[in-house]
Amino acid sequence: MAVVLDADRIGRTLTRIAHEILERTRGVEELAFVGIQRRGVPLARRLATLVSGISGTEVPVGALDITLYRDDLMRHSIGAQPVVGHTNIKFSIDDKRILLVDDVLYTGRTIRAALDALLEFGRPQSIQLVVLVDRGHRELPIKADYVGKNLPTSLSQSVQVHLLEIDGQDQVEIQE
Amino acid sequence: MKRLLKGGRVVDPANGRDGVFDILIDGDRIAKVGVNLQAEEGTVVVSMPSGLVITPGLIDMHVHLREPGQEHKETVATGVLSAVTGGFTAVACMPNTSPVNDNAGVTQFILKKAADANLARVYPIGAVSIGQKGDQMAELGELKEAGCVAVTDDGHPVRTALLMRRALEYTRMFDMPVIEHCEDPTLKGDGVAHEGMVASKLGLRGIPGEAESIMAQRDIALAEMTGGRVHIAHMSARQTLDAVRYGKSRGANVTCEVAPHHFILTDALLAAPVPYDTNTKMNPPLREAADRDAMLQGIVDGSVDVIATDHAPHHYDEKHVEFDRAPFGITGLETCVPLCLDRLVHSGLISFSRLIELLSVNPARILRLPGGSITEGAPADLTILAPDLHVKVEAKTMKSKSKNTPFDGWELRGGVAATIVGGRTVYNNAAVNLAI
Amino acid sequence: MKKDLLSIDDLSADEIYRVLDTAEAMREIGERPIKKVPTLRGKTVVNLFYEPSTRTRTSFEIAEKRLSADTLNIAVQASSVQKGETLADTAMNIEAMSPDMIVIRHSSSGACNLLSRICKSRIINAGDGLHEHPTQALLDAFTIKQHKPSIEGLKVAIVGDLLHSRVLRSNVLLLTKLGAHVFVSGPPTLVPRGIEQLGVTVATVDDAVRDADVVMMLRIQQERMQGAFFPSLREYYNLFGMTTERVSRAKPDVIIMHPGPMNRGVEIASEVADGPYSVILEQVANGVAVRMAVLYLLAGGVENEAAA
Repeated sequence: MAVVLDADRIGRTLTRIAHEILERTRGVEELAFVGIQRRGVPLARRLATLVSGISGTEVPVGALDITLYRDDLMRHSIGAQPVVGHTNIKFSIDDKRILLVDDVLYTGRTIRAALDALLEFGRPQSIQLVVLVDRGHRELPIKADYVGKNLPTSLSQSVQVHLLEIDGQDQVEIQE
Repeated sequence: MKRLLKGGRVVDPANGRDGVFDILIDGDRIAKVGVNLQAEEGTVVVSMPSGLVITPGLIDMHVHLREPGQEHKETVATGVLSAVTGGFTAVACMPNTSPVNDNAGVTQFILKKAADANLARVYPIGAVSIGQKGDQMAELGELKEAGCVAVTDDGHPVRTALLMRRALEYTRMFDMPVIEHCEDPTLKGDGVAHEGMVASKLGLRGIPGEAESIMAQRDIALAEMTGGRVHIAHMSARQTLDAVRYGKSRGANVTCEVAPHHFILTDALLAAPVPYDTNTKMNPPLREAADRDAMLQGIVDGSVDVIATDHAPHHYDEKHVEFDRAPFGITGLETCVPLCLDRLVHSGLISFSRLIELLSVNPARILRLPGGSITEGAPADLTILAPDLHVKVEAKTMKSKSKNTPFDGWELRGGVAATIVGGRTVYNNAAVNLAI
Repeated sequence: MKKDLLSIDDLSADEIYRVLDTAEAMREIGERPIKKVPTLRGKTVVNLFYEPSTRTRTSFEIAEKRLSADTLNIAVQASSVQKGETLADTAMNIEAMSPDMIVIRHSSSGACNLLSRICKSRIINAGDGLHEHPTQALLDAFTIKQHKPSIEGLKVAIVGDLLHSRVLRSNVLLLTKLGAHVFVSGPPTLVPRGIEQLGVTVATVDDAVRDADVVMMLRIQQERMQGAFFPSLREYYNLFGMTTERVSRAKPDVIIMHPGPMNRGVEIASEVADGPYSVILEQVANGVAVRMAVLYLLAGGVENEAAA
């Protein structure tokens, strides 16, 4: 196991992304964050807080669970269904500039599911993708707009993101 | 032709025998019973392997042969084949056929079919009332004359107390018992299972034990009043057994029978392992453990006179339906002996001799049949049991036309080696391979 | 989860909580502008109803459609069953078209067990005779959970026609499994024999309702009344009807439930049914979410069984 990002690096990375978002966006009024369950949600909240703090404007945050949109459901005859998490988007996404947040970008299938799920809530002006780590190995034509860290990995490795809100500490590890 | 069965254990409670005896059969009769009988010239000697037991032919006094009218379930021919395979040399068959056996014509038809099949003896039981409708008494004298050995409206109780009284009075002339299916129709209602926790949980309409015992109390009181003989069929509830004991203590002419499923199974079988298995549906229903235990107690203490199977074949299609739509009843002829040997004798509850009283002596006495003992001059009806034979119940290989048994797959200790009716071997179990 | 949901007995306490948690997630879908997820796309669900039912059938159908399943409704008239094909034959015919799930409502207790023995499809019991109605008990539990911090330790009074109620049987199994104290009450003629062996207390209506956290009324099923179980509806209402006076003996935050359809003025007074503690309409709304959860969870692989 190797630590790729520690708590300090994660904090600074998120701050950098928040600044980048503001640089590239004209007017924060139309911005909204949507985190993908589970670890995308606290990341989205942190980014929203950072962006609100810098710009002085409250940016809404929602949570999106993509389980029911997964393309690998019911492909096996044994084993329980994955646990369905909560979706909570209290604002209208119509005409918003949505920043979709996840912890790790890998095959792209989760993002595909998230786009399908999100578009059923309305018609945003745009959707951009924010990830803490991009580990490569895409299976779908999907690319992140904001990346915390590009992390070249092999298929046999796994990337674990730990966040204070869920795991009690901030850390990104790579495991063989 | 003479045959000498040599050196087998003979259990013949009517003659007080339980030991090693030789039995000489001459044609269709028992010629001699004794120790170390000498074989004359030309006598076939069958030396009995140790471990087998020769008993008087077993008699099942409560079976449904379904013919005439419901030949898709059973015929007289398949029924008697099933009987001899199960070790029974005689069966008494219930009159709820179509048409009902309420006249000499139907009785003679059944006897003709039985003669054609020529396996077990068949003793028809006539209806008490015309069409078993409970209104007008059938011609009981004619039924007796034609060969009926008892009367009953089985399937239902005799509908009114008055008709029951008349039947008990009238049959005294013929020394015939009235066999009663005890059930208060209003308490039974449209019940399909024993009224208790299991039925409550499964959402099945209940039949309380009292539906049976209340009718038994009526009939026992009438037997005492009239001096007629009442025989309580397929007893299932502990309250009924108490009623029988009370009647006997008062000197009423009351006897009773219990079926193997009622002293072995309980209503728990309706819920598991196969929930709502229609082969656990019979009338009277499987009751709770206290009732099952009472039946065993009655068998042990002598209150129960007879074990009868209530062999009730039903076609697979009729049973392959929702529980409450399925007909009541299970087959019994081919499972009775293994169940009795395993659960009563090997378990140590009763002696071999007591079992033969229940399965042969008492049915013969109640129905006034010639069997029930191995007596010189009597018909040579014998059952040879293999008490230690390992038996696996297999519904699909049964000889009965129907396969509706809850005992499929059961492994039991004890079976039938051979069945001899009128000196003729009508069944010889290949698993024992007796040279007889 | 087992292959089928025939009885609450098929679920462990953990699995019940899994259904309730999943239902919580499913509820949100009903609040979206587009109330649909693609989860069961390509799956076929047959709704096989041998008894007329508006509420349960529409609830299942909405649940199936929200999960994008292809649904097929087969309503069999009870009258045609007598002369028509047997349930076994119907089941084999439906099975031949390989549906993924069959939702069955039938007037015979255990009909779903028969279906389950014949079919490879997943079977969901939507009410069988007097036996069970597991999804109703699940939605009742879901509704209770929305109002109470925990089901464990609650006093639940169930009042009415206990004998003919499949809702009662499923609720008793579920609530006792989750540690509630269940009191049942009804005319003694309508109390199933041995019911106390299922872990409930049989009580007078006043003892049952006193300090109750939940009062669940059962419908007087006039269509099932084949004998004189009680003299008149008027007397029933006097002795067992849930009036504001009776409700006042329960805890101040009691909730009043009814599986519907209600007989106002028979088992429940309108003031109670429409009153502040009534959650009867919430039950209906929750039915869709709970059934979506059941459909979703059963659509997965078989667990706890030596399958495949």
